[in-house]
Amino acid sequence: MTARIVFALIAAFCPLVTYAQEKPTAAEIVDRAQAAFYSPGADMKARVVMDLINADGKKRTRVLSMLRKNLPGGREQRYFLYFHEPGDVRRTAFLVWKYPEKDDDRWIFIPAVNMTRRIAARDSRSSFVGSDFSYEDISGRDLAADSHTVLREEKLGDSACYVVQSTPKAAADFTRKLSWIDKLSWLPLKEEYYNAQNQLARVFTADKVQAISAGGKAYPTVVKRTMKNVQSGHRTEVVFESASYDVGIPPDIFTERSLQQAPEKWIR
Amino acid sequence: MRLPAALAVLAILWPGNLGAEEKNRLPVTIHGFLMGNASVRTTGERPPMGEGGAFVLGEERLRLDVSGATKSGTGSLQIKGDIFHDAVANRVDGDLREAYAGYRGGRVDLRLGRQIVTWGVGDLFFINDVFPKDWESFFSGRPMEYLKRGVDAVRLQYSSEALNVDVVATPFFAADALPSPKRFFLYNPFAGAEQRENSPPTRAENTEVALRLYRRMAGFDVSFYGYRGFWRMPGADMDPYKGAPRITRFYPRLVTWGASAQHNLLNGVVSFEGGRYNSLDDRGGSAPGVPNSQWRVLAAYQRQLARELTATFQGYVEVMEGYDSYRQFLPAGFRAEDRVRGVFSVRLTQFLGYQNWRLAAFVACSPTDNDSFVQPEVSHRFSDRISATLGANIFTGKYETTFFGQMAKNDNVYLSVRFDF
Repeated sequence: MTARIVFALIAAFCPLVTYAQEKPTAAEIVDRAQAAFYSPGADMKARVVMDLINADGKKRTRVLSMLRKNLPGGREQRYFLYFHEPGDVRRTAFLVWKYPEKDDDRWIFIPAVNMTRRIAARDSRSSFVGSDFSYEDISGRDLAADSHTVLREEKLGDSACYVVQSTPKAAADFTRKLSWIDKLSWLPLKEEYYNAQNQLARVFTADKVQAISAGGKAYPTVVKRTMKNVQSGHRTEVVFESASYDVGIPPDIFTERSLQQAPEKWIR
Repeated sequence: MRLPAALAVLAILWPGNLGAEEKNRLPVTIHGFLMGNASVRTTGERPPMGEGGAFVLGEERLRLDVSGATKSGTGSLQIKGDIFHDAVANRVDGDLREAYAGYRGGRVDLRLGRQIVTWGVGDLFFINDVFPKDWESFFSGRPMEYLKRGVDAVRLQYSSEALNVDVVATPFFAADALPSPKRFFLYNPFAGAEQRENSPPTRAENTEVALRLYRRMAGFDVSFYGYRGFWRMPGADMDPYKGAPRITRFYPRLVTWGASAQHNLLNGVVSFEGGRYNSLDDRGGSAPGVPNSQWRVLAAYQRQLARELTATFQGYVEVMEGYDSYRQFLPAGFRAEDRVRGVFSVRLTQFLGYQNWRLAAFVACSPTDNDSFVQPEVSHRFSDRISATLGANIFTGKYETTFFGQMAKNDNVYLSVRFDF
């Protein structure tokens, strides 16, 4: 008798429960995608190679070390970026303290004159070091800045994906964005950015995803990605030559001291 | 003498001289650039002295940059030196830009040797950055990095969340490099007189000490500064009433203190800086050859106006103390400076074409001095290695005694081409 009631209860609630698990809201999907893409692990260290390739195939290369640390509790993050190449920006470093609801604090170190400066951080749409990625693409866009809807579910290659449309609430670089978000890893595998004329302007693709393990956990990571400007034919390919998580970067690495004297141990 | 020493160090450290094993153990990197700089005066006037041709600047430079650090980062080494051929004077010379050894342990960084130190929040307005500048380089169109000169110093830094301390002690005095009368028209009230120059001798009590204390306070980057040393622009010892035939230029004693703060505000960055210049050799303001004490204040605002377009606005004010006394003791025939000197500036920077093009303009004008300075500049990166910059320095002024006004005959157009390796 009791067993029957339990069964009935399970039968009654199960569809609801599975519905809740399988059908997250669009905002939840984007939230999880951002977490998987921008803030896996407690911290991360990577050597990044960026190739800027124009329509004629002419290539320029930027090589940098990137350190990231998530602050406990909230969504605050700290970034330290150090340029190895090309020569005219060698030893230039950026320090970013990223906050979820207000402008970042950003500092730059210019090695030619040994100068550390705070820089204006409103330029989230500006190109990151001349690439097809904007500052926003590099460090993430506020979840609440767009309205999100799930358009459909479909396979992209072998991966089952949610296709989410994000529409900016205020004027932005794009009028809508379609994201293919992998149901397993929650990583965005493809994004299409449309301009005011509703033409496809930029396409992001996750070209290679690799699970990087740290302390018994595995973090799926986009180790190769491309952002292509469809209209100009210019594209930027980014490869994470080495990426490791939960390496224990001390918080004091993310201070002015590191700008002036780069922390050798963490950028090699 | 210094340059050959640097070259010897280079030769020893050159990776080619090391076995494969050592190469792995000594992480030394060698980089640098080849650069050609040329600058032509456009006013058609020629200064009367030796090097006063059409070219203000004509040179080829080889930069070698050697840096290394131990794996842990405890020890480090940095040498930056230029060998250049000055085509205007037809001579070859060296310029040791930086050469220091560094130690890092716990919260402490120590640097010993020649190093470039830059403090303060101003863009070309210096209040608490009391370190030597090379204005000749800047006004003749060399890249910005040559505006700063290294100091031979010991620098000790202590870092913590509560307080950061930065102390620079310099036993060897280095003056600002002012535009040379050989190549520039300049205001010189003592043009006919015999001139000598006395630099502060290297003695323990003449060691310059500069201090910066800084931390974050309520979202602001706050710094406090202090300095004890010398003015870097010379004063003049003279006796105008006797019509003394000899002028001795010297560097009067100076103590400064001040503060700066920066914060994100109004969708941009707002900066303030202030400082007091205490001219110890002219406390009452009665020595006409020594600058009076001053207050200097700066307010600046930087923001992004459009995509890839950044603007910086600055307002800068200098207030002379003991002005009545200055007027009273100013020798006849000299134009009196105003009590207050104010300068406004705007810098616009626009990047185009994936940041391969950079258009910039710096405009400074002083309503009190009635003079101005404009520097438009276009830079292009042809590749990751090759870049070029074309720019101009344009001066106007009502009087030939003011900072920019005296340069009015020195308008020039400059071109710089650089190959990085």
